[in-house]
Amino acid sequence: MVTLAWKNLIHDKVRLVVTLVGIVFALVLILVQFGLFLSFMDTSANIVERSGASLWISAPELPYVNGASPIQESKRWKAMEVPGVERVDRYILAWVPWKLPSGAIENVQITGFSLESKLGGPWNLTAGSVEDLRGEDTVIVDELYKEKLGVTHLGQTVEISNHRARIVGFTRGIRSFTTAPFVFCSFKNAQNYAGGVVKENQTMFLLVRAAAGVNLEQLKTAMKAKLGDFDVLTNAEMHKRTQIYWVFQTGAGITTLLGAVLGLIVGIVVVAQTIYAATVDHIREFGTLKAMGATNSRIYQVILAQAAMSGIFGYVLAMAIAAPISQSSQNGNAPIALPPEVAAGTLALAIAMCAGASIISIRKATRIDPAMVFRG
Amino acid sequence: MIEIRNVVKTYGRGSAAVHALSGVDLEVSTGEVLMLMGPSGSGKTTLLSIMGCILQATSGSVKIAGQEIVGLAEKKLPKVRLDHFGFIFQGFNLFPALTARENVELTLKLKGITGSAGRKRAEHLLEQVGLADKFKSYPADLSGGQKQRIAIARALAGDPPIILADEPTAALDSHSGLTVMEILTSLARERDRAVVVVTHDSRVLHYADRIVHIADGRIAGSEEEAKEEAA
Repeated sequence: MVTLAWKNLIHDKVRLVVTLVGIVFALVLILVQFGLFLSFMDTSANIVERSGASLWISAPELPYVNGASPIQESKRWKAMEVPGVERVDRYILAWVPWKLPSGAIENVQITGFSLESKLGGPWNLTAGSVEDLRGEDTVIVDELYKEKLGVTHLGQTVEISNHRARIVGFTRGIRSFTTAPFVFCSFKNAQNYAGGVVKENQTMFLLVRAAAGVNLEQLKTAMKAKLGDFDVLTNAEMHKRTQIYWVFQTGAGITTLLGAVLGLIVGIVVVAQTIYAATVDHIREFGTLKAMGATNSRIYQVILAQAAMSGIFGYVLAMAIAAPISQSSQNGNAPIALPPEVAAGTLALAIAMCAGASIISIRKATRIDPAMVFRG
Repeated sequence: MIEIRNVVKTYGRGSAAVHALSGVDLEVSTGEVLMLMGPSGSGKTTLLSIMGCILQATSGSVKIAGQEIVGLAEKKLPKVRLDHFGFIFQGFNLFPALTARENVELTLKLKGITGSAGRKRAEHLLEQVGLADKFKSYPADLSGGQKQRIAIARALAGDPPIILADEPTAALDSHSGLTVMEILTSLARERDRAVVVVTHDSRVLHYADRIVHIADGRIAGSEEEAKEEAA
């Protein structure tokens, strides 16, 4: 029956092409949209995910990590009194203006962290080191944003919030979900750059590193009790809160997810239509098969095998298109993630989509009256 | 081989009911070529469908090799068809995407005969119907007579005791029609198959051992009457 399915499939090449175009279109749409969604999920809260902090302390009712209000840094000493705390560091994440060589202004997110603990600091450094940030007015930016920020080389002097800044390092792949890139520097430097927002005795966050073996939920409860009206979130909670804000509450993630769902619907409709048309075209053959003694399950085998083959071919072609797109997007502002799990899942989805699209055809084939074979 | 008693077939219900067959009695023996004749709409194809377990009779009795078919569960009918019947259709009903050999192999696959055994048997059958050089030809590249011979090879592939043919010569020229009938007749004579042929084709009546005339869903006349009418 598989032979019949294969031969039927390749016999009508025009239909095969139409089917494959439908499947490929749907799968590429799904892969790209879902890849964007995954990338959004990753980018939206990467600064939290890689922070290394156990707890985040902030002003109450913080909507997301990039939306904090200043708090008194004196709370740090109270926080350090809580049993189970290894250390507490001040942390700034604030929107500040960056002056381009042309004189135009770009917003950046100044990210001031403790050079001792490195909690909330940069990763994937390709040039320079965190230690270089001990120098006066030093910053690290990501290679992705060099052009956007007018940065050409290490040692270049730029202007942030009317303060001088010197590029001492580059990272690779630390994207910002917003249009404002992260600019890493020491906490002290960040206080200078964010002076308009954060006063000298203030910080945006306190990042807590728990001692080894400490239960984070218990530590969080104890911290809230100690600090009173402050938000205390575990790193996972801050990560989730930020992701939900950017990806779902702004609608950006929903849009990409809807795109993926749309791709799935388009795929099912196109494949269902083409497989149904193929079934109708072959209806007399299926009737003949039934007259010859084939059971309904044999007929299903033919239709499902055709659908599965279409799905596999479509998947291979879709991957041949989506993989280079994903690869080339990695250096852009909207990377399309294509992890192996997604690639494997899409194959299963392609086959399931085609099989699902065959249901109408199977119903049609089930109801074939074998007596039709005697009608001229 | 086939024993039909008081078979009734009714389509629809109530005032819309159409009686396609009304109390038909018929027997078909092994080694016999039986021809069913009658005007269009007389019920001969319905009778052939009921004989071949493709349609279920509304009432009566249909026995195939002693097994009662009327009332048999729908899902059991495919096996009865597979074990007992080979079908030949007016329109050939070949699979256009398959070669001649693959068309014949299809029946064998349904019976679980696959691989080289199936391939060799399919080739042997095609040789028997004079298509030794057409194993790899597709139906679209063959004449009507050649297509019908593939259909005969396919019908024989499962080695069924009964061959049911619906207007097998209708779409063929005179020479091809006679060739097909000679093959079918030899199946009955030499290989002891029961062959039932529905036909309008008076050119082939002399191949029949028995002719049954059907009109208005009933066996209408004797063999002699039918032959006279055809003549």
